[in-house]
Amino acid sequence: MAPLVVTSVALSLICLQFGTQWIGLSQIIDIVGQILREGTVEPELIGTTGVILIQVRLPRVLLGFLVGACLASIGVVLQALLRNPLADPYVLGVSSGAALSVALAILLGVGTTVVAVSVLPLCGFAGGMLSLVVVYRMAVSYGRLPIHALLLAGVILNAIFSAMIMFVTSIMEPNRSAGTMTWLMGTLTAPSYPALTIFACYLLGGLFLLLRQARRLNVLTLGEESARSLGIDTEHVKRMVYVLSALITGAVVSVSGMIGFVGMVIPHAVRFLLGADHRLLLPASACIGGMYLVSADTLARTLLTPTEIPVGIVTAIAGGPFFIYLLVWRKDRFV
Amino acid sequence: MSLSSDNANSMIGETPGLGVAVSHMAYQVRSLRFQYHLFSRGAANWVLDGLTFEVEAGEILGIVGPNGSGKTSLLKLLAKVLRPRTGDIALFGLDLGAMPQIEVARTVAFVPQESPQVFPFTVMETVLMGRYPHHHGAKWSAGFGWESAEDVLIAERALQSTDLTHLAGRSVMDLSGGERQRCMIARALAQAPQILLLDEPTAFLDLQHQIEICAIVRRLKEERGLTVVLVSHDLNLASQYCDRILMLKAGALFRLGPPHEVIRVDVLRAVYGCDVLVDRHPESGVPRVTMPRYLSTKNVEDRL
Repeated sequence: MAPLVVTSVALSLICLQFGTQWIGLSQIIDIVGQILREGTVEPELIGTTGVILIQVRLPRVLLGFLVGACLASIGVVLQALLRNPLADPYVLGVSSGAALSVALAILLGVGTTVVAVSVLPLCGFAGGMLSLVVVYRMAVSYGRLPIHALLLAGVILNAIFSAMIMFVTSIMEPNRSAGTMTWLMGTLTAPSYPALTIFACYLLGGLFLLLRQARRLNVLTLGEESARSLGIDTEHVKRMVYVLSALITGAVVSVSGMIGFVGMVIPHAVRFLLGADHRLLLPASACIGGMYLVSADTLARTLLTPTEIPVGIVTAIAGGPFFIYLLVWRKDRFV
Repeated sequence: MSLSSDNANSMIGETPGLGVAVSHMAYQVRSLRFQYHLFSRGAANWVLDGLTFEVEAGEILGIVGPNGSGKTSLLKLLAKVLRPRTGDIALFGLDLGAMPQIEVARTVAFVPQESPQVFPFTVMETVLMGRYPHHHGAKWSAGFGWESAEDVLIAERALQSTDLTHLAGRSVMDLSGGERQRCMIARALAQAPQILLLDEPTAFLDLQHQIEICAIVRRLKEERGLTVVLVSHDLNLASQYCDRILMLKAGALFRLGPPHEVIRVDVLRAVYGCDVLVDRHPESGVPRVTMPRYLSTKNVEDRL
């Protein structure tokens, strides 16, 4: 894990340099040193470059890392529980369920109030949980979850939710609907530090609780009856992991919209590199997922400067073909 | 046929969880009834209806019977994967229903008929999963803890017992059917159980692998003193490798006894509704079932 953490920090530093204005590594060190000496982040002291670095770029990179780590981890645990290597919160419609309820909350005016930071993730949780339950119910037959049934259920749910989201955005005020559309496509925006702190505590807490189930998740991949015969309270583990997944997805969607395929691409790559043991797979996927999204977001904000591409588009363009590859060439491995 | 009670007792005494030996019977099942849906219409939905029997420590018991006669359900009830509606099961004299699942898992290992795996776990990793019921340390860390050196040693022994040592690093997804079945048995052995429950261990396997699995089961009984309960469709296999056979018919116990008492023309006609030839196995002398040249089922006779 140590090499992964070092690489994560190094990559984040590299990504911090890119943007509308190039900020070199030596400049970054200068600014950080100055802040540490003065003990203040007053704009007069650190200059415009400092403000861009500290107020805009750094929180955005941190948020991107968190979001990527969460999406990849949720992908890992959903795949383990559903015993389906193609599961992903985006593909299963969990993200769109969360997005719909967040969009509804914005329509009803929650987005403009002070409590938005805490209420929107909960709305996302409700929507995400609902879609998880519906997808599961739709796909399950005689205690089994056929891969195709699960994917189909996700497609149907995505179609319905997308239509409802479009309806909701179409009846919003024009200026608000434009912002909602950008958010829906998956966009990272620099958060304020207090908001980032709350968000980080919430998500890291969730990831920690998931990590504590890692060994049980290993055993659950043998099948539920085997797991039960090995002394695991399967219902408890399932309930806990599903609720945590919906909570984390809800929070992630409320802050960054629908960023797809991270939860599918990353676990596959990490399993290929490090094996399937969740005690290693889960933290490693979180690290690599974080790096992946920070890199994708750096591309999103630099490719067409000064315009930004929603990062969800970048991950979909990169992840979609990977999904096709898995479905067409690797399906003999799991179908 | 079965181990002496002394032998069985010393075997039980070695298990830390159980402490004193309570019974030399591995299982005592009393008026067991089971159905899947509690509120199904009609009374005819009992999957198992009033079973009473015992499994001796150290024997191989084969459960046979037609499709849908409740064989697999019975095995899952013994593993506590399913719960009986009425009646009770005693595991070495202790009430199975009252035992925590994790304690059951230290005594009983269950291998389901199919164990599909969609993730590239290695054989060794899979076998180590069998050590889960023996995890040490605080409860809150149970879901994350790593296996100890002792766990690895026990897993290696399980791999040896099933001739899988050379495949330890291979992904289970790349194994053949027979190798995968052996891997699952090794996983069960890693639990260090006293009782092994196998559901159709030779289904979908070719002749060579069938013989291999049977030889392993026989060896485990002899070397480790394991009690084995296995479900099988294959009457000849049951006849040759089991000490006793339990014949189920529509959820009820039809006959229980050594192969020559159960594998008989009259019993098979009554249970399966068709006439077959039963002679003696040239080597072991146990009953051998062969299909007749011309099909003559009871129904056909009735119609004529």
